[in-house]
Amino acid sequence: MAKIKLENIRHSYYPNPSNDDDFALKRVHFDWEDGGAYALLGPSGCGKTTLLNIISGLLVPSHGKLVFDQKDVTKLSPNDRNIAQVFQFPVIYDTMSVYDNLAFPLRNRGVDEAKIDVKVREISAMLEIDDMLNKKAAGLSPDNKQKISLGRGLVREDVNVIMFDEPLTVIDPHLKWKLRSKLKELHQKVKATMIYVTHDQTEALTFADQVVVMNFGQVLQVGSPQTLFDRPEHTFVGNFIGSPGMNILPAEVIDGQVWVAGCQIDVESKTTDLPEGKLEVGVRPEFVTLAEKGVPALVRNLMDVGRHKVLETLVGDKKVHVVLDEHQEVSADQVYLQFDPNSTRLYADGWLVDLHHELEGL
Amino acid sequence: MKTENPRAWFLVLPVILLVAFNALIPLMTVVNYSVQETFGNNVFFWQGVDWFEQLLHSERFHAALGRQFLFTGIILAVEIPLGVAIALAMPRKGIWVPVCLILMALPLLIPWNVVGAMWNIFTLPDIGLMGYGLNHWLGIEYDMTQSPLAAWITIIVMDVWHWTSLVVLLAYAGLVSIPDAYYQAAEIDGASKWSVFRYIQLPKMKQVLTIAILLRFMDSFMIYTEPFVLTGGGPGNSTTLLSIDLVKVALGQFDLGPAAAMSLIYFAITLLVSWIFYTLMNKDAKD
Repeated sequence: MAKIKLENIRHSYYPNPSNDDDFALKRVHFDWEDGGAYALLGPSGCGKTTLLNIISGLLVPSHGKLVFDQKDVTKLSPNDRNIAQVFQFPVIYDTMSVYDNLAFPLRNRGVDEAKIDVKVREISAMLEIDDMLNKKAAGLSPDNKQKISLGRGLVREDVNVIMFDEPLTVIDPHLKWKLRSKLKELHQKVKATMIYVTHDQTEALTFADQVVVMNFGQVLQVGSPQTLFDRPEHTFVGNFIGSPGMNILPAEVIDGQVWVAGCQIDVESKTTDLPEGKLEVGVRPEFVTLAEKGVPALVRNLMDVGRHKVLETLVGDKKVHVVLDEHQEVSADQVYLQFDPNSTRLYADGWLVDLHHELEGL
Repeated sequence: MKTENPRAWFLVLPVILLVAFNALIPLMTVVNYSVQETFGNNVFFWQGVDWFEQLLHSERFHAALGRQFLFTGIILAVEIPLGVAIALAMPRKGIWVPVCLILMALPLLIPWNVVGAMWNIFTLPDIGLMGYGLNHWLGIEYDMTQSPLAAWITIIVMDVWHWTSLVVLLAYAGLVSIPDAYYQAAEIDGASKWSVFRYIQLPKMKQVLTIAILLRFMDSFMIYTEPFVLTGGGPGNSTTLLSIDLVKVALGQFDLGPAAAMSLIYFAITLLVSWIFYTLMNKDAKD
């Protein structure tokens, strides 16, 4: 077990990166607390697998340092880092039995058979695969195969971190939920640091205490699911998390007052001393209401999604979603929107204006 | 609900006709010859299973069959491990991949009789590079027209040169189909190079290796042109493999009956051994 520190990690797959776009990871500087359940959330191609491979040691970053507790492990092999990883597609040793699969990492490390037996039985009981120990691993269903790949990580004492790279991709929908709660339960039992990579926000938000949202090769925000919902620090986070995502509208600030589509609104953010860049206002559909006056919008569509309705409107050429309660009807073609001032924020160049977000050296 | 249309069988008819003309009918004429005796002039006498009985007790046949098994055994024992080893050593990515693949494919493109002729000249003690080199530079007495051992070594080296590439290409295809995650997982599990080979690469190559072993068995068991051009079956009878012996009986002595009987036994053995190989290698895939 260890605290994992990423110190100014940058990585490029090109030998001589010339500009920022050549970097798969632009700059990641971040600590993973010991024993935490983290999710690494982001769209495909955002750099999350690269980051994972750097932590596991399958990749050596072009710049920066990786530290486990006080030890610099940047150049150590995966084997020497004592980590475990579960891959997108289940990796099992086809010709071996389930028992031998679980025993394999221990046998490679020269642990004696009596100890192996105890450990394998303990882990298989925990994963509920003890009834298939003597079966050949090749014939099992994908979810059981994934449990075995996880088990190979768990049998080793004191793994520093267990990493999951979109582990539920090949699992049937009805088993996904079951396996996910199993992972959560395991985390509480073994208390190892777990990092769960996914592009599915439901998976991330249900599994993790802390969600790390990535895009464009950088970490955009780290926080609890609640924080990510309440106070997105980047418009991408606002939009990516939530269904539908946060509404983003172009804005102007004149003399400390925020104007959207010719209408003055109140926001929670500071409105003076703003950073450079394109200004936008962000508000979640849950905090938009219909009113007698406010930002004018054209009604496009009303969708009933069960417990509530989602109204799709247009402000200028931007879509704005409004969450309405189940019984509310909308008959007019034009409506006026009010934004809850406590949940409406100002963003400059994508970043929340209240942050002191300085990317030194970039 | 499955609907069946018996007329669909008409679609298979062309294939049945094709197989009949290129396999079944020629085979039946061989069966026909194998139970008769002829002295020419297209006059045939009924012989029953006499040819088969004689053949099964013939020392000449036993010797040729023994040589054939020895040859095929050595070929498989050399080419399969060598092919796998070369495939493992080949690069998986980069510009050297096509270079290696083309170099590997080259010997496969050369016709059998050309290979035989090439090696014949190559090994001539007075002018061939290898023959001359061995005799005059290294001082090793080497003449495959005199020494049975030299002749055997030469036909085996020739076959290894010609056909190992096939095993390499098949094994390589099996290797590149293994996803990176397997190697990464093995690295994390602390597996040694041998374990990676034994538990990941070998099992994943099994399917293609089955095909490689079958192909190499059949081809080497029925080999004719290359050793015939190279040694003509000599010195003496030392490299007279089954197929060479068969041609001697059929065309040299014009004993059509015994030759036909021999062909059928030859065919049966090839089929039987192929079936045994296939069954053994697929045995644990089923349970």
